[in-house]
Amino acid sequence: MGILDRIFGNHWGIHPDDRKRPAADLPLRRLPLPSHLYVPLQQHIGAPARPIVLVGQKVLKGELIAEAQGATSAAIHAPSSGTITAVGEITAPHASGLPVPGITIECDGEDRWIEAADIPDDPAFDPFSLEPAEISRRIGAAGVVGMGGATFPSALKLNIGKKTGITTLIINGGECEPYLSCDDRVMRDFAAEAVDGIRLMLHATGAKEALVGIEDNKPEAIATMQQAAAGFPEIRICPVPARYPMGSEKHLFSALTGKEVPADGRTTDLGVLVHNVGTAAAVHTAIRHGRPLVERIVTLNGGAWRAPGNVVAPIGMLVSDIIAATEFKEQPARLIMGGPMMGTLLPSEFVPVVKGSSGLLALTAEEAADGEAQPCIRCSSCVRACPVGLLPLEMSARIRNEDYAGAVDLGLKDCIACGCCAYVCPSRIPLVQYFGHAKGELAARDRAKLRNDATKRLVAARAERLEREAKEKAEAAARRKAERAKQKAAEAAAAAASADTSGAETTA
Amino acid sequence: MIAAVLSLTLLGIALGLGLGVAAKKFAVEGNPLVDELTALMPGTNCGQCGFPGCSGAATAVVEGRAAPTCCPPGGKALASELAEKLGLSLDLSGMVDEGPKIAYVSEEICIGCCRCIKVCPTDAILGAAKQIHNVIREACTGCAACIDRCPTEAMVMKPVPVTLQHWVWPKPALV
Repeated sequence: MGILDRIFGNHWGIHPDDRKRPAADLPLRRLPLPSHLYVPLQQHIGAPARPIVLVGQKVLKGELIAEAQGATSAAIHAPSSGTITAVGEITAPHASGLPVPGITIECDGEDRWIEAADIPDDPAFDPFSLEPAEISRRIGAAGVVGMGGATFPSALKLNIGKKTGITTLIINGGECEPYLSCDDRVMRDFAAEAVDGIRLMLHATGAKEALVGIEDNKPEAIATMQQAAAGFPEIRICPVPARYPMGSEKHLFSALTGKEVPADGRTTDLGVLVHNVGTAAAVHTAIRHGRPLVERIVTLNGGAWRAPGNVVAPIGMLVSDIIAATEFKEQPARLIMGGPMMGTLLPSEFVPVVKGSSGLLALTAEEAADGEAQPCIRCSSCVRACPVGLLPLEMSARIRNEDYAGAVDLGLKDCIACGCCAYVCPSRIPLVQYFGHAKGELAARDRAKLRNDATKRLVAARAERLEREAKEKAEAAARRKAERAKQKAAEAAAAAASADTSGAETTA
Repeated sequence: MIAAVLSLTLLGIALGLGLGVAAKKFAVEGNPLVDELTALMPGTNCGQCGFPGCSGAATAVVEGRAAPTCCPPGGKALASELAEKLGLSLDLSGMVDEGPKIAYVSEEICIGCCRCIKVCPTDAILGAAKQIHNVIREACTGCAACIDRCPTEAMVMKPVPVTLQHWVWPKPALV
């Protein structure tokens, strides 16, 4: 923390030891194809994709196996060629260890690509001649989601940006989480592709300029990106100071523009759309080569790996297969998907890599540094660390007493779950877990309230139905009665007529 | 006969008027709080609380004979709303909200008798005569009214499965 920051009170965030090297400096490796791939249908924010394949069906690499369902969803493609062996459930890479719907593919080992759709053989094909809406559509069809970990469907984000009229695109190359270097590798190895993806996104959104924010602890990435973007004045590479959580959309936005996003707002309200640099590379692959998102760069890091580094893994590859291919030096104390600050504690190693898996950390007991939580000493370290300016100690005290409304009043909804507070807490209080619990509990109550309202509507509908049926029944009965009466009258008239004639005959 | 009809009609009109006037004049103000609470409740009159219907439960809650946590289908959300209306502080820890149950049909024993359909307060059961019935999960409130009606015990109450979307981080254990 600099002296100026101390004086002016700009002291959000923390400066953890980044531990990105040597893994970040090692060349990218490609993992051998496993025998089976387990592809979850929910790898994005929104509704799960709908499977469109049957068990026993042969699929090619890149073939659509599940289509987007509803407004917020993303398509899923086969990560390799082979046979569908199951459309069922897969353990989710999630702390709960609950199942998620998924498709299992037995790979044939050929890894044969499907014929790329939408791409004419013409080498002079210029994607910039396409309509912006068409670019968004193709990005959506390729199943591209935010690669920074939030996994929001990218096409939807571009469309929202188009609607709200954005002027600036911010490309997030911050990668502030310690240990991770997958975005670093994208910028070093695929700088030209990433820059092309950025230009395509500029075209799709109609934004005037793109700011690429890269933390200054990645000088190689800054150099390669500057070189790649040299011919394009609309793309500016902006080094930002290394500080966690610089990769948070709102914080990178503040660092680059000097403005602040309001509590309930988004950056799009201020005319700025934020995309990850990995997403830009995926957009390039989708538009230039017509190839969907079926693999990603995953950082293997942590003391327990024999060979840390970055690998290209197909979506759906089991963590256990990655371990088998690269091996542990020692049994890890903790296995995490994502970064150490915000990543997911894995319930087992039999979970697949998904579109949002930025890293696989195998931490030793020393690195995990587990410890018993102690009572809060009200040192307010967490208040200084909180990048959103909240009072974590006060919020957790309220949540401990189940006063969730009190926690919301203190700004629980603005918490970005970055983990700074828990990182600095000398008492090792699991503050983020408190906030996660409270957010889940509040969501559950909202759902219960909605359910209660729905029940009321159903009861009213039933009452109306019963009333209507009773009325219809009564009407039908009245109709039948009237008909019977009419029939009886007719019969009586007929009888009277015949009696009359017979009477007449007798008189005659 | 005309005299009898006339006198009875007059009598009817006079007494009816009298009743109408009395109803207006001697109207007893229902506790408005009870009405408010009743409006908050699910309104299925399922009886799981042990009171005669939702208004009965609302009355009991207002009179202090029942805790705001008495409504299982309403869950914690309703309990906290009721407590807020009444200005009570509420201890929700005893309330198990994780275990709401809903009805399931054991398909191999359902004979398709339609009895459960008739008693379901939310029309959550789908079926026809001699067809296997099924429960619409989203519409079932878990009132268990159908359980006793089933002649073959094909209706069972099962806990709602926890899905990835509904999973909540457990509260950290106290220091």
